[in-house]
Amino acid sequence: MSQAILLKSFFEETGKTFRFILRFLLQWFKPRYEVAEFFRQCYVIGYKSLPLIGLTGFIMGLVLTMQLRPTMIEYGVESQIPIIVAISIVREIGPVITALIFAGKIGSSIGAELGSMKVTEQIDAMEVSGTNPFKYLVVSRVMATTLMLPILALLSDAISLYGAYLGVNIKGDTSFTLFWTQIFDSLSFNDVLPAFIKTYFFGFAVGIIGCYKGYNSNKGTEGVGKSANSAVVLSSILIFILDLLAVQITDLLGFN
Amino acid sequence: MKLEENITLPVIAINNLSKSFGSNIVLKDFNLNLYKKQNLVVLGKSGSGKSVLIKCIIGLLKPDKGSIEVFDKNLPDLNDLELDKIRAKVGFLFQSNALYDSMTVRENLEFPLRRHWIKHNQGEVEQLVTEALNDVGLLHTIEMMPSELSGGMRKRIALARTLILKPDIILYDEPTTGLDPITGKEIIKLMIDIKKKYGTAALIISHDMNCVKMAADKIVILYEGKCYAEGTYNELTENNDPNVKQFFE
Repeated sequence: MSQAILLKSFFEETGKTFRFILRFLLQWFKPRYEVAEFFRQCYVIGYKSLPLIGLTGFIMGLVLTMQLRPTMIEYGVESQIPIIVAISIVREIGPVITALIFAGKIGSSIGAELGSMKVTEQIDAMEVSGTNPFKYLVVSRVMATTLMLPILALLSDAISLYGAYLGVNIKGDTSFTLFWTQIFDSLSFNDVLPAFIKTYFFGFAVGIIGCYKGYNSNKGTEGVGKSANSAVVLSSILIFILDLLAVQITDLLGFN
Repeated sequence: MKLEENITLPVIAINNLSKSFGSNIVLKDFNLNLYKKQNLVVLGKSGSGKSVLIKCIIGLLKPDKGSIEVFDKNLPDLNDLELDKIRAKVGFLFQSNALYDSMTVRENLEFPLRRHWIKHNQGEVEQLVTEALNDVGLLHTIEMMPSELSGGMRKRIALARTLILKPDIILYDEPTTGLDPITGKEIIKLMIDIKKKYGTAALIISHDMNCVKMAADKIVILYEGKCYAEGTYNELTENNDPNVKQFFE
């Protein structure tokens, strides 16, 4: 019986989320366009996430290289480390880890911010002040996350590869030019493009889930905490599901 | 007040308003008239539907049935732009103040000026913000954040934000809730001063009898979703109906 209730609530929640996405798409086209708020959100979501994304990216590249080294040496292919690291970072690890960090930082902040605005009637106050709160708060944030995550992922990839270069040189001796030449020779259009495109979907997922959870928050301060928490959990799961789908689609389209 | 009611049309006229949430009937055929320069208090127990009523009047909730005419326009029939024009004439003081946490006091006050369909230049915006803050005696807080203010100050700033568009009607949702009795009295006095200065009509939702006694020209008792009794404070204190008497004991 309880499983039936759980299943029912799962489908209800999925239905509500899709209705929220539909509402976003409808409102997106309708004027008035909240351009100033969109740029403000791009600054908050994109620029202010850069230090965290950069730091995690750098550590990711460095650690991956250091972890790979013993195995590569064992098989006698130490010289291939830059290639392996570049392909894994650009195709998979970079976009997914960046998206997960982004979900933790931005998804939770959007969920908590909108949740607290909802329970303190700030969203209602916005509406009576002649503002469409959905456009002002949701559309601008979702657009900002969708556009900022791909840029952050690209920057994170670059910083990761720099971390990898340092990792290679901790115990080895590879010149900067050789390292980057090896990387650019090994990467193809098919590696970069699908990975770049999927980050748009990751960004959209983080934004829409954070906004959905915050905008529909209730039960006072407890509800705000739950909104922030479930925004991170759900968007992280969604990132993995979207990643799985992206791999299948790129495979079908012959990009692999 | 009776004479005034007879010779003027109501600024808010609610007829047979019904609103329910699922099987929970909150308002049932509720009727109410608010006249120009009148302070009307809607009195009711917690959970009796007072906040639902006020949210229907400002268009935040859609009624299931009935009409809500504000300045002769039925709110449920209006499109977004028409509703926006009506809202510019109706101020709403939220129970929780609803100040935007991420904005300074100045930005909070500027927000409705910049968002409503009436456009103001920078000089006018500056002047209106200063005037509204002077009205509530908090001009010195202009660059502060809401989190730096006390509960009473936040209420005053919220009131200043309500006043900034020079509304003809102000809706107060439990204006003294969460305040100590002294600050509560200061807010009530401010509400009375605003009425005197700007000639606004006010619909006040409250269960604070101090507020009712000081501010009300007329009282409507909301009970089981209906307008149960109405009259002046003195009239209702003499009413022997137990459902009315319980508020005045």
